[in-house]
Amino acid sequence: MANVQATEATGAGAALIEIDGLTKRFGTFTAVDHVSFAVRRGEVLGFLGPNGAGKSTTMKMLAGFMTPTAGTARIAGHDVQRNPVAARRALGFLPEGAPTYPEMTVSGFLRFCARVRGYHGAEMGARVARAAELTQLREVLLQPVETLSKGFKRRVGLAQALLHDPPVLVLDEPTDGLDPNQKHEVRTLIARMAPEKAIVISTHILEEVEAVCTRAIIIARGRVIADATPQALAQRHPSGRLEEVFRQLTLLPEAA
Amino acid sequence: MRNILTIAGRELGAYFATPVAIVFIVIFLLLQGTLTFNLGGFFDRGQADLTPFFNFLPWVFLLLVPAITMRLWAEERRLGTIELLLTLPVTQGQAVIGKFLAAWAFCAIALLLTFPFIITVNLLGRPDNGAILSGYIGALLVAGAFLSVGAAASAATKNQVIAFVLAVAACFVFAVASYPVVTDFLSRNAPVLSDIARRVGVLDRFANFARGLISLRDVIYFASFIGFFLCLNTVLVDARKAS
Repeated sequence: MANVQATEATGAGAALIEIDGLTKRFGTFTAVDHVSFAVRRGEVLGFLGPNGAGKSTTMKMLAGFMTPTAGTARIAGHDVQRNPVAARRALGFLPEGAPTYPEMTVSGFLRFCARVRGYHGAEMGARVARAAELTQLREVLLQPVETLSKGFKRRVGLAQALLHDPPVLVLDEPTDGLDPNQKHEVRTLIARMAPEKAIVISTHILEEVEAVCTRAIIIARGRVIADATPQALAQRHPSGRLEEVFRQLTLLPEAA
Repeated sequence: MRNILTIAGRELGAYFATPVAIVFIVIFLLLQGTLTFNLGGFFDRGQADLTPFFNFLPWVFLLLVPAITMRLWAEERRLGTIELLLTLPVTQGQAVIGKFLAAWAFCAIALLLTFPFIITVNLLGRPDNGAILSGYIGALLVAGAFLSVGAAASAATKNQVIAFVLAVAACFVFAVASYPVVTDFLSRNAPVLSDIARRVGVLDRFANFARGLISLRDVIYFASFIGFFLCLNTVLVDARKAS
């Protein structure tokens, strides 16, 4: 407790995500090129970039799913390549497209994830109930995932990432396919969890970045071309709109 | 161990959540029954044993086992759930073993449902039930061997049809490796390989079990066969998961 207060006093939480020189090449194509950044507790990092810029590839490497060509990624101090299981325990990950097993019920799927995460009996039930509550899935718990709408499927993926209340959340397009009300709920949820966690979200919705992110990174052609608060980024264009800055930076990469 | 069982449980549930399980079991029992009673001359032989049953079993497995395994990894990659599974706090080895055990348990269930054959021979005569038990153990090991090949084939491709065809072809090669047609050909052209082929044949090993002979050598053979392909499976999953 004293520790938390100390870090709050200095205004900087512990860096829970550390990415250093992360690079991924597919043959001669470099998808991610020496990306480095750190995310501290309390930060919500918006990960922006055009399609194919390397956002998902970076997130896959951060989650320890894809092996980097070079560089390292650490989650809560654990190297995702050398100590994968410990790193994954500290991580809640929503993969691209929110994949789930279609034939399972929502409840069955969440219970499976909870069991793999080491929860059993009453605690497993409580964890599943809490995650379903947070993501508003209670009404569909007994339905097979394949019968659900896109928005529900996305929230099942999100619930799975929140089950173990991890210190690090990596969410690839968490609000994709949600209706405006659901988007609002998910943003509120992210904002509420933000103080105790380090969160990375990728998104194409720039207003979302301004609404929930404390910091934004723009990536294009595999490189980080901007890293600042959404407000500071928006100031870079006379119009003061993030959208214009995004277009300016990603359409003219040399301008950065 | 707990993780392995959790993954195996989910996987086994997935077989029964779709018609795959029922279709497989019905076809398996129909094929085994028809082959044993008609082609195998079960009644005409006038002997109370399951020799015709065990003669056809590996061939039925050869066709049907790859149908069980073809979806194991190919489906995960197609759906993208492999990204979810392999970012949960489990090792790739645990995932590989869990999936294999689920498929093996499924085969065991199908095999158990052939119990009417045992009842039939016991009603008609006095069979050597020890030999029948040993035959069933051998059958389970053959299923395990084919499953391990099929699971590795499934990890090699995103396409289930390719996984199936690859697995049938590979299982066939291992099934008949010790048959004269293969070893004679090899001894003429590549004598070094013919000696190896004689030892890796699945069907000859199984024939010992079906006769009631359980030898440590054969058990070690099946264990190392399965172990080898599970290792290959892990390597393939690691190499191809993100492609």
